[in-house]
Amino acid sequence: MLYWKGDKKKYKTKNIMDKTFNLIINGVGGQGVITLLSLICESALIEGYDVRSSELHGLSQRGGSVETHIKFGKKVYSPLISNGESDLIISLEMLEALRSAIRSGNTTKILINDFVSVFQGGLGKEEIKKHLSELKNEQYIVSASDVCKEKLQNEVVSTTYLLGYAINKNLIPIKKESVLSAIEKTIPEKYRELNIKAFNLAYASN
Amino acid sequence: MKKEILLGNDAIIKGALSAGVDFVSGYPGCPSAEIGDDFAKIAKENNVYVEWSTNEKTALEAAIGASFSGLKSLVNMKSFGINVCSDALLPLAYTGTKAPMVIVVADDPSCWSSAQSEQDSRGYAYISNIPVLDPADPQECYEFTKLGFEISEKFNIPVILRTTTRAAHQRAVVNFEEAENKEKKIGEFVKNPYQFSTMPPRVLEMKKELLEKIKKISAFAEKVKINNISGNKGSKIGIITSGVSSMYINEALRELGLDLPVLKLGIFYPLPEKMISNFLKGKTKILIVEELTPYIEREVIRITKSVNPKIQILGEDILPKIGELNPELLCIALAKITGKKYKKFSVKQLSLPKRTARLCDGCPYWYILPTIKKIAPEGTVFGGDIGCNMIGALPPHNMYDYMFCMGSSIGISHGVKKSNPKQRVISFMGDGTFFHSGLMGLINTVYNKSNPLMIVMDNRITAMTGHQTNPGMGKTIMGEDTQELQIADIAKSCGVKNIKVLDPINTEELEGTVKEFLEKEEVSLIVCKRVCALLERRQKKI
Repeated sequence: MLYWKGDKKKYKTKNIMDKTFNLIINGVGGQGVITLLSLICESALIEGYDVRSSELHGLSQRGGSVETHIKFGKKVYSPLISNGESDLIISLEMLEALRSAIRSGNTTKILINDFVSVFQGGLGKEEIKKHLSELKNEQYIVSASDVCKEKLQNEVVSTTYLLGYAINKNLIPIKKESVLSAIEKTIPEKYRELNIKAFNLAYASN
Repeated sequence: MKKEILLGNDAIIKGALSAGVDFVSGYPGCPSAEIGDDFAKIAKENNVYVEWSTNEKTALEAAIGASFSGLKSLVNMKSFGINVCSDALLPLAYTGTKAPMVIVVADDPSCWSSAQSEQDSRGYAYISNIPVLDPADPQECYEFTKLGFEISEKFNIPVILRTTTRAAHQRAVVNFEEAENKEKKIGEFVKNPYQFSTMPPRVLEMKKELLEKIKKISAFAEKVKINNISGNKGSKIGIITSGVSSMYINEALRELGLDLPVLKLGIFYPLPEKMISNFLKGKTKILIVEELTPYIEREVIRITKSVNPKIQILGEDILPKIGELNPELLCIALAKITGKKYKKFSVKQLSLPKRTARLCDGCPYWYILPTIKKIAPEGTVFGGDIGCNMIGALPPHNMYDYMFCMGSSIGISHGVKKSNPKQRVISFMGDGTFFHSGLMGLINTVYNKSNPLMIVMDNRITAMTGHQTNPGMGKTIMGEDTQELQIADIAKSCGVKNIKVLDPINTEELEGTVKEFLEKEEVSLIVCKRVCALLERRQKKI
């Protein structure tokens, strides 16, 4: 079993467990945030981690901002990630990336789908990019939606594409094989092949 | 033992199956709806009957009938559902159950998916004298559901399993026993009005029996392991907590490197008073960690008086009563009372536009709301209701002048109209809400003669909570065919004179009808019938 080592200096007492890996996944309701979340939870379980996540349904899912949390490690107490405690943010939408980024420390890595869901009073892409570029965080802006639309004729699997990218770049302490087994387990059969394709497309492309 | 990642709501299903549940009824709401949805998917193979009832009251009443007939039942609803069914709930506490019953009530601290109030349903324990269990996570959702059935069976009393969003919509690793295959159970109502009928003078005897049961359950609560103490028992500072708050306090203790004794209460009502008394002894400070209402805190203060009056009880004065708790808030509170250092993370200052919920692309409501807003005369009062239509309260619509609870838009519009017949009032409501309770308001409006205009936005499904069946669809939760109720026919038989059913995509027809009906002296109804866009897309895919 692998444990996420993290920054051990932070904890001083002897009975403290190893640090958990804290992942925020966000986007706009309907983008597949929860499918991605359950895929990563399952992958973490396959790796032998303890895992907890928290998600939101209902009103907030109807096109509003959706932020979900996953924590995994040797032992997880709370499913909620406090401000400044995230290790990685995966954002399916750029403004939502910015929304979580400003509540994160400078060491948080951010993987962002190059996509803006516009709304009245929202920010334009250039403005969001400008704000993002002012942050010190390590960032990866990836055209997941565009690539999936073009190569797979399906935008929704951009979630799995981003996961493939994250695994390839070692942004999450999870092995490729664990994700593929998790896809087998959590994705309905008729979408399974498509998800594996999306995952491999990102995994192989960089 | 199996080990899987489960959503809290799905862990409740596993617990109910393991307890041998026969009968599941409920009304969909967030954060409880997956219980009914996911139960229906496995109902047949497990020989369990599952229904979406028309509202929480009919759901509870159905379960009462099943319990009296010897079937184990599970009722599921969101927080406000317990208000709707409370009329049947209180006498049920008096009669008690025959076969065990667990009632799941899902609260939503911070109102992530709730419009009407930040309800703390634990309070129903005091009104009804019904035991309340408060699970923290999916593992406890599973175990407490099983225990709920055990308590219900042992004491012949319904048990409330009160969850919150962070327990119900939490995924975590759950160890559980896969339920054994059971036969489909046929119940039998064996007549016993002595137990099942609350007629006076028997009703007061029943109350006495109920209070005696609660005494026995209190004694049981002293021994049950879901009330437990962890951490360094020698410390002068202690923590009392329950539900999801217990996870946050453990996280905060870890964060600050503190080792304090934590009394975690799995049973909220009745409390294990002796256990609490013993915990208080020798302590100087107690931090009570609970969300929303300081119920436990008040109880602990009461117990303190006889045990340890000098002890300092902290809770509502250092923790918020509005919104959910989180580890950061508890770190701050712990730092304050222990003198430990904690530096709150400072969020970068950048104000970002809020992205609120919006109607989906292609939603039929896009045709209804802007059209009516455009043509309604200046000063028209718009009443909103619960469901997808409540998005009409948000930008870009910004329409609703009032919004309350399920089915209330028409009921309130009647009062507005009666107060001033010259004021124009249009009330909006979805089809699911009409069947839930909106019909009652319509009948009152006809009976007491006022003339608001009622718009039923019939998108052919209960959409907001994740597409559940309702009586207007001709389908049950199990996909079986059933009578398809016509809203216009119901309204007609209730005496509504002006009724129009139209497809809102024909906005000119909608405009003309609204103008015409606003001039009527009796109540009018327009049924805007067009299928939910998400449902239509999904149906096309299949």
